[in-house]
Amino acid sequence: MLSRTADSLYWMGRYIERAENNARILDVAHRMSLLPSLTGEHRSEWQSAITISGGEQHFAEHYGTPNETNAVYYMTLDRDNSSSIYSCLRAARENCRAIRHAVPTEVWEAVNTTWFDMRDMTQNRLLSRGAQQFYDWVKERSSLFRGVTVGTMLQDESFHFARLGTFLERGDNTARILDVKFHILLPQGEQIGGSLDYYQWTALLRSVSALRNYRRVFGSEVVPSLVATLLILVDAMPRSLHHCQGEIVAHLDALGAAYGKRHECHRLAGETHARLRFGKIEHIFNVGLHEYLTDYVERNAQLGLEIADNFLLTR
Amino acid sequence: MNKPTAFDEMSLGDGSVRSVYNQVDKWLKDTPLERMDLKRREADTIFRRLGITFSVYTEGGDPERLIPFDIIPRVFGAEEWKRLSEGAIQRVKAINAFIRDIYHDQEILRAGKVPADQVLRNEQFRPEMRGLEVPRDIYAHIVGIDMVRTGENEFYVLEDNARTPSGVAYMLENREVMMRLFPELFAGQRIAPVDTYATELLRTLSSVAPPHCQDPTIAVLTPGIYNSAFFEHAFLAEGMGVELVEGQDLFVEDSRVFMRTPAGPKRVDVLYRRLDDDFLDPLTFRPDSALGVPGLFSAYRAGNVNIANAVGSGISDDKSIYIYMPEIIRFYLGEEPILNNVPTYSCRKPDDLKYVLDHLDQLVVKEVHGSGGYGMLIGPTSTKEQRDEFAKRIKATPHVYIAQPTLALSTCPTYVAQGIAPRHVDLRPFVLSGTQVRLVPGGLTRVALPEGSLVVNSSQGGGTKDTWVLEG
Repeated sequence: MLSRTADSLYWMGRYIERAENNARILDVAHRMSLLPSLTGEHRSEWQSAITISGGEQHFAEHYGTPNETNAVYYMTLDRDNSSSIYSCLRAARENCRAIRHAVPTEVWEAVNTTWFDMRDMTQNRLLSRGAQQFYDWVKERSSLFRGVTVGTMLQDESFHFARLGTFLERGDNTARILDVKFHILLPQGEQIGGSLDYYQWTALLRSVSALRNYRRVFGSEVVPSLVATLLILVDAMPRSLHHCQGEIVAHLDALGAAYGKRHECHRLAGETHARLRFGKIEHIFNVGLHEYLTDYVERNAQLGLEIADNFLLTR
Repeated sequence: MNKPTAFDEMSLGDGSVRSVYNQVDKWLKDTPLERMDLKRREADTIFRRLGITFSVYTEGGDPERLIPFDIIPRVFGAEEWKRLSEGAIQRVKAINAFIRDIYHDQEILRAGKVPADQVLRNEQFRPEMRGLEVPRDIYAHIVGIDMVRTGENEFYVLEDNARTPSGVAYMLENREVMMRLFPELFAGQRIAPVDTYATELLRTLSSVAPPHCQDPTIAVLTPGIYNSAFFEHAFLAEGMGVELVEGQDLFVEDSRVFMRTPAGPKRVDVLYRRLDDDFLDPLTFRPDSALGVPGLFSAYRAGNVNIANAVGSGISDDKSIYIYMPEIIRFYLGEEPILNNVPTYSCRKPDDLKYVLDHLDQLVVKEVHGSGGYGMLIGPTSTKEQRDEFAKRIKATPHVYIAQPTLALSTCPTYVAQGIAPRHVDLRPFVLSGTQVRLVPGGLTRVALPEGSLVVNSSQGGGTKDTWVLEG
């Protein structure tokens, strides 16, 4: 396999996952904006959506103050935003197009059809269909992609690179959602209580498809530290940091075995995995959740660079 | 002038049908137009879904267009195909002998069969190739021969494509789509399969690996996803099970070529390149090429890698050399050409120039180096203004123009907006040269969709058809 092929597989995985994550971020913002607000407006919901996606500065320069209309447009259809759902699906498709000979037809068809549907989407159509329905569509297409990837790809190096992209992106996203939402919902030192909080926490859990999982693991009372535990430390939770890191390590190990060589990315991923595997939520809160998550996001970014260096941009 | 009546490949005019079309005729009569329309739209959906698109960047709108696919197949009988393929093979053998000679002893020039200046001052002549040995003395491994039919037994070659001919993927996908849409048509008769092409291509490329190679590593070299034929490059790489590489994926060390892989460098032995000579190696050819591989030509010179088609093959398919093809065949093979050349007027010759200017309304005028149907004048369908304009251009630079009489291209039944009607077609079969010279039974049939049009190029509104060869 070519390094460039590995690179395209990896980014195809990342971009599809990023599109889904955008849909999830907007979905939770939308749900929260439906709840009564003390000030009567929901600027913070849309602000935080932009913050999670990492587009704060770009957005401020082009749109100014976020509201539902411009935030949704920016994160879904804006072609100038390289992380909008539109741009992600286009980039995923371009990556897939470059390597379509290396993936099963089903994978290409899933990605290609998704792009053609996305390309035909206008703001009017999106709104008339209902934004929520659009987010569901994005999640469905992403699920389809995952399904055909796991169900049809030869589980060799190509598969490992595609999956690495998926889990690196997902871990990053869960950490960002958690960081921003915790900051909004639970500013330093404040206590939790009241029904509004309850809805907001459940909306957060829903956004990562974790509400039912939470109840099954921890029961019906929503406790912030347990929400953090679920999304950071519980391996069985498919969008938790622990789970994502476990997948990353497994795929890197498989590549190491296939090539008979281990690199810095193996060490770094293993170290992060061990911290999650043996971590305790009390320690994380002692360090500071924000600090912990920021550190994770940085390590994740470093891991991305190492993977590129070790496999994707080789001599 | 009299508009020549075209030979129709299905109907004989008296109501009877040429026997090779019996089954198609029956199928057309039995199938209601609505069902045809439904199937045609289904075909579009399949092509779009599979990503079989063609990029045209000269106009606005969708940069990824579908080439219109006509669902009515074109049919050849076993006998007519035999003759046609023998003619194509003959031509390719002569082309390879010609290229080898041009880069070695130049006997044909010394014998005065082809004017030396036409070759040596040709842009397609690559002095870097002088004296260089290539495996099995084969230069043009893959050749697409554009031909048209004007009668029951008359075939004319319009052009040889000995550089990087494209279109073979359409031949394969058209068949695939036809079999999906109309399986019943294939059950009733024996239509020769074409899907062995990728295997044949792989065999051909393996057979011309550098001599030291036991188990050669082959790769397809593409300019990248923005190339109009990228889909085909990927398609062929997939079909052969080899890597599809861009220049950036390769590097040269100690005059050997390597691919960059996650496991480390991997040696490459044969490159099926879909990149013009000019862009192959910035150290030898165009220095501004970002698509090529620095040092590739040195590796080629050292015999450490083979390139298909060979650098400098373009000398054989240049329109100014085309005129001499019958001579070239006689010179190297001692045989009479099986396929006709179209009589060609070369505007660099004063007599020819005068004739061309006097008969512009009857001729097709082309640029010697042009391709894709751009920069040409179709006399019979042109306006006076267009002819005057073209006459000025010809007078200004006569040496870049050739002219040919308009041939009455054969027609085939085609599904168009008004129903089923005859439309003009051409044919591009693909000839492979390795240990043997051969072609799969089929080719790319292009069809000019507007009524009366003779321009089949996909960039000018042409479509394609599945091409059947019936087994005898």
